[in-house]
Amino acid sequence: MKKIIILSLILLTGSWTFGQGVTEMKTLPSVNIKTLDGEPFNTSEIQNDGKPVVISFWALWCKPCKKEMEAYNENYEDWQDETGVKIYAVSIDDARSTAKVLPFVRGHDWQMEVLLDPNGDFKRAMNVNLIPHTFLLDGTGKVVYQHTSYYEGLEDEFFELIKKVAAGEKIPNH
Amino acid sequence: MMKKAVIVLFVLMLAATGANAQFSETIKKSEVHGSFEFDGAYYLTDDALGITDSLINGRNFRFNSFGNIIYTLGRFSAGMRFEAYIPPIAGFDRDLEGIGIPYLWAKYTGEKFTFTVGSFYEQFGMGLTLRSYEEWSLGYDNAINGAQVTYEPVKGLMMKAVYGVQRYYWNKWKPNTRGIVKGFDAELDFNQIIKSMESSKFRLSIGGSAVSKYQADNDPIYKLPRNVSNLAGRFTMGIGNFIFSSEYAWKVNDPSTINNYIYKDGDALVFTMSYSTKGFGFFGMFKRLDNMSYKSDRTVTSNALDINFLPPNTEIHNYMLTAMYPYATQPNGEIGFQLQVNYKIPRKSKLGGKYGMGISLNYSQVNNIDREQVNDTTPIGESGTLGWNSSFFKFGKPVFWQDLNIKINKKFSKRFKSTFMYMYQTYDIAVLQGHPGAKTIYANIGVVEMTYKFNSKNALRWEAQGFWSKEDKGNWVAAMLEYTISPNWFFAVSDQFNYNNPETGEETHFYNASFGYTHRTTRFALTYGRQREGIVCIGGVCRAVPAANGFTVTITSSF
Repeated sequence: MKKIIILSLILLTGSWTFGQGVTEMKTLPSVNIKTLDGEPFNTSEIQNDGKPVVISFWALWCKPCKKEMEAYNENYEDWQDETGVKIYAVSIDDARSTAKVLPFVRGHDWQMEVLLDPNGDFKRAMNVNLIPHTFLLDGTGKVVYQHTSYYEGLEDEFFELIKKVAAGEKIPNH
Repeated sequence: MMKKAVIVLFVLMLAATGANAQFSETIKKSEVHGSFEFDGAYYLTDDALGITDSLINGRNFRFNSFGNIIYTLGRFSAGMRFEAYIPPIAGFDRDLEGIGIPYLWAKYTGEKFTFTVGSFYEQFGMGLTLRSYEEWSLGYDNAINGAQVTYEPVKGLMMKAVYGVQRYYWNKWKPNTRGIVKGFDAELDFNQIIKSMESSKFRLSIGGSAVSKYQADNDPIYKLPRNVSNLAGRFTMGIGNFIFSSEYAWKVNDPSTINNYIYKDGDALVFTMSYSTKGFGFFGMFKRLDNMSYKSDRTVTSNALDINFLPPNTEIHNYMLTAMYPYATQPNGEIGFQLQVNYKIPRKSKLGGKYGMGISLNYSQVNNIDREQVNDTTPIGESGTLGWNSSFFKFGKPVFWQDLNIKINKKFSKRFKSTFMYMYQTYDIAVLQGHPGAKTIYANIGVVEMTYKFNSKNALRWEAQGFWSKEDKGNWVAAMLEYTISPNWFFAVSDQFNYNNPETGEETHFYNASFGYTHRTTRFALTYGRQREGIVCIGGVCRAVPAANGFTVTITSSF
């Protein structure tokens, strides 16, 4: 009975908010995680002076994630020149491998911002089930697009979206 | 109780929003997000794998599912997770069978304080004293149900306190059953606290945690400690391109089923170091555990109720055959190390070619700790004694694990790239998978992977793998073909072929075919085929996977 009450309350609240068309995430959750060299970092500090932001969840054990990150990294300079986009690569590697992330990232010469989320707190707050999972934020910090999975070539289409967001255009819902 | 509290919270929240004249304003500020997953399986009989009708026992359909919802209104957030295992997919713990809302919480995030009531996840340092987390693919969840407070008086100093009981499948907590967990943690980052150190090349942070569990003593033979504490100190130090990080934990005596009721104190040390510059990274790790299982119920031996986390010092592999024998942490004692080098041979050099070439070299080893009798008359590890004496840095016998691997990534052209890998593995299956008497596996493994991109949307990936060993199931070869159409489709077929099996002499194919469709955050995948027996491990925590034949379907989505 209790469960039914809770469920119906949540569904009710949920349907109201959906009805208002506010399912887009307007502000990032405030979660304490770490920078690549182990310093405290609050996720509400993620920003890019009004330009687009990409947040992508990955891990050392996830091959498609590393491919996606490599693909972004290869294009990062060009993408930044054209749109000013900033990419945050959030590693969800646990304590087994958190200390391995930095030598991996430098060893592969990644230029993106890398953050560590060893207990998946930011991942959970962002409702990430599977990685890779990538979010695109507009200049106001609102999540306007997200995708999971990585297939070869996805970066080309993704960059078209980044360009749209940088130009202040809307991304169609479907 | 907790559920009632959350109901009250929701009602108050709705009442508040309802009573407010600016009702629609509040609604506009509210956000609801969530995610879902449905994993279904349909099992078929298979004579070659020994799967009979009576083994399946009418339970052909299996279903694991969750739905997670988070509600946010400014600084307030609340959420819940619904779970169903009806019945759990083969290989998941039978105790998971059930349906309900095991995870329910509400949180307020202030300027300096955060308060959480209900279920929550937390990790202190590397987790040697406390880590609650959830791993869907293992069916693992040791969430703490209770209260959590964090306090950050100034930037760079973070304090956390937790109090509660852990999730144990679907069992409700009752007094004098599983224990109560309390913990405190503080971390100080000098570079944020001290202004003059802000942009220094020398980085330093230190931390400490204290955790205690209480469990009633109902043992008829032994007088057991009701309160067991686990204390740890840690630091991370960066000097230029070097980073050193370490945590040491000490646990007072904690007789349990896992350590065979010995009264020895436990301790654990993890030390890591890395050096990295552009295109080059080095990583080294040393780890030693001695009697460090720490559960909130001393009688439980399954994958549940762990208060702490013992990180493995081995590489995680993800090719079919390199991942066949994964490492499982030995909480009663292990000592080991790991070394890794990543190097990117620059573009336009002789070896690097137009795109450069990546090389990574990794070695890890884990041994048993050294164990000596506590006195001449007491056998090692006997119940009711101090268990054993151990010399701290001495590597004992046997070798549980050894892994030497080299990986080369090479891009030949804009369209064509490949990965080559060689691995040598030693695996003490008797200890790591609990098959007493089984011979240690020595294996040579090779992998070639190639990807060809036809255009910006279509790509073909191909893997060929070989695994050669005289022990356990013997030799394997495997091949995989995957065709992807970005950003929506994938189609894959694979086969793993087992031959020269020293035990049965049989030859077995493990074939698979799958396809999937992804649209933004929604993913659908269907697989048909055979699954080989083995174990799946994440973070050194493992579950056994039985041989199976059938269909599996996965649907996930988030919004």
